[in-house]
Amino acid sequence: MSTNKVIQVDGLTKMFGDFTAVNAITFDVKKGEIFGFLGANGAGKTTAMKMLIGISNPTSGKANVAGFDVFTNAEDIKKNIGYMSQKFALYDDLTVKENITFFGGIYGLSRSKIKEKSNALIEDLGLETVANQLVGSLPLGWKQKISFSVALLHDPKIVFLDEPTGGVDPITRRQFWEMIYKAANQGTTVFVTTHYMDEAEYCDRVSIMVNGKIEALDTPKNLKTQFKAANMNDVFLKLARG
Amino acid sequence: MKTILYIIQKEFKQIFRNKGMLPIIFVLPIIQLVILSNAATFEVQHIKFGYIDHDHTSTSRALVERFNASTYFDVLTDFPSEALANSAMLKGDVDVIVEIPHYFERDLQKEKRTNVGVTINAIDGAAAGVENVYLTQIVQRFNQQVKVNLLQASDLQVQPIQIETIPLFWYNETLNYKTFMVPGILVLLVTMITLFLSGMNIVREKEIGTLEQINVTPIKKSQFIIGKLFPFWVIGMGLLTIGLILARVVFNVPMVGSLVLMYFYTSIYILVVLGIGLFISNFTETQQQAMFIAWFFMVIFILMSGLFTPIESMPKWAQLLTEFNPIKYFVEVMRMVMLKGSSFMDILPQLLKTLLYAVVMNGLAVWSYKKTT
Repeated sequence: MSTNKVIQVDGLTKMFGDFTAVNAITFDVKKGEIFGFLGANGAGKTTAMKMLIGISNPTSGKANVAGFDVFTNAEDIKKNIGYMSQKFALYDDLTVKENITFFGGIYGLSRSKIKEKSNALIEDLGLETVANQLVGSLPLGWKQKISFSVALLHDPKIVFLDEPTGGVDPITRRQFWEMIYKAANQGTTVFVTTHYMDEAEYCDRVSIMVNGKIEALDTPKNLKTQFKAANMNDVFLKLARG
Repeated sequence: MKTILYIIQKEFKQIFRNKGMLPIIFVLPIIQLVILSNAATFEVQHIKFGYIDHDHTSTSRALVERFNASTYFDVLTDFPSEALANSAMLKGDVDVIVEIPHYFERDLQKEKRTNVGVTINAIDGAAAGVENVYLTQIVQRFNQQVKVNLLQASDLQVQPIQIETIPLFWYNETLNYKTFMVPGILVLLVTMITLFLSGMNIVREKEIGTLEQINVTPIKKSQFIIGKLFPFWVIGMGLLTIGLILARVVFNVPMVGSLVLMYFYTSIYILVVLGIGLFISNFTETQQQAMFIAWFFMVIFILMSGLFTPIESMPKWAQLLTEFNPIKYFVEVMRMVMLKGSSFMDILPQLLKTLLYAVVMNGLAVWSYKKTT
């Protein structure tokens, strides 16, 4: 049972002084699942995610990610996860290839493995013509796709995506979700936050955070029935308005 | 180890790709070394000299002639009155006024003594002190001449025994200020560039968000920090090399001691600076903040380094503070090795303190760098 659950969170809490950013959230994520992590701005999504990826210490509660405890084994978690932040986080002053080589190297891939991965990635994304261009000169949509591929470079068990499609056009968003599906099909668990409710529909299960608490968690279909809503947008509005 | 190489490779690429930074790293220091070394001198020349001669005798004119002959003084005017001389000083037209009293010549011959009034513009106290020394020297020499003349005039006068000092200036025989300043300014440049670069580098990654990405990877703190700082260590050593070549070729500053020793000491010294830079960048959120804090320390370090004002003349508490100034040690070592040819054993105290400093600073820096907050 527990081997099937790659993320187990129990009463996870983060306080900043008197302010409770994340208030005792509890949920599980299954292997290979696409888990949508929704919530209004400031609901505590990013803070919660930062605890799960081991860059923010929880105040209390329990969390186990990829088989490791976030309190004691944060560095082991990092070997097994990929992360793509809200802020574009590749190096603008390095080329596509150099970025891939750098992050591959940081994750300890061998030179030959990096080369192989790099070629495959460039071919998959159709980046042959820009492989030696500085990343800074590419359009945002391309950057995001490269970012996602780089997050998957070391074949992580789980990939965390923090608003990966913010500010990109609908076509690119569509392509991006195709990439997410492909990764999920290959067994990678996808943990994704988004503000686009149509994207929420693509997820296997969705949680909705309001003021630091998870107020709803189920498949999009069940959520719509539960809240008697026509689409996820209505579900979200009903919850977020309280 | 391999991970470190990937970071180093990335850092060098970024440094050499940054067209704005490259000239700052390599061209500005050279310009600064050339300009500052020529400009930063304690010698005071072209002192604007005015006098009021109430005596108008051959002796008073001879005294003025002494100043005229000196290369330090530009003899300007014979002011007819004190009031005019004073207003000239107020306007800044004159730096030094010598007032020769009535009966100057007569008193000298009859009383064997007289006074001259000297007024020095002392807004710049250091310069005024130097001017006073020059002036006194000239007057003294004039005195001796007068004594000789008097002796010839009357053999009754018994000449007192004269004690004259003949100074020998070791390690910088000609008191060439460039010889003195170039090693010191070279120290400043190496320190400034490495401090600013290392201080701003990690903070820059914080700003653009890549640091978070790095913190999500399993990279070890020490790997990341070594990989980050090593390129700046190399740049620091490169700057030292450029500076030493310039010192030799342009300024003709001797390199009496061992180059190997110089490089060995510098290699440890730069670690101190990099540690401080990293420490600063751990506690700041933006490059601006880092820059201000780096400047704050840099200014204190420079002014308390003994480069421009001797540490010996500082109050006791300030002298104690300079013990924590890495630049002080580097200036000392640089001057000792370059000008005196000091050996390893001679600089051992400085070396050990610097080493301790490096260990402490880098320890603090690594400790304060948190992958998880």
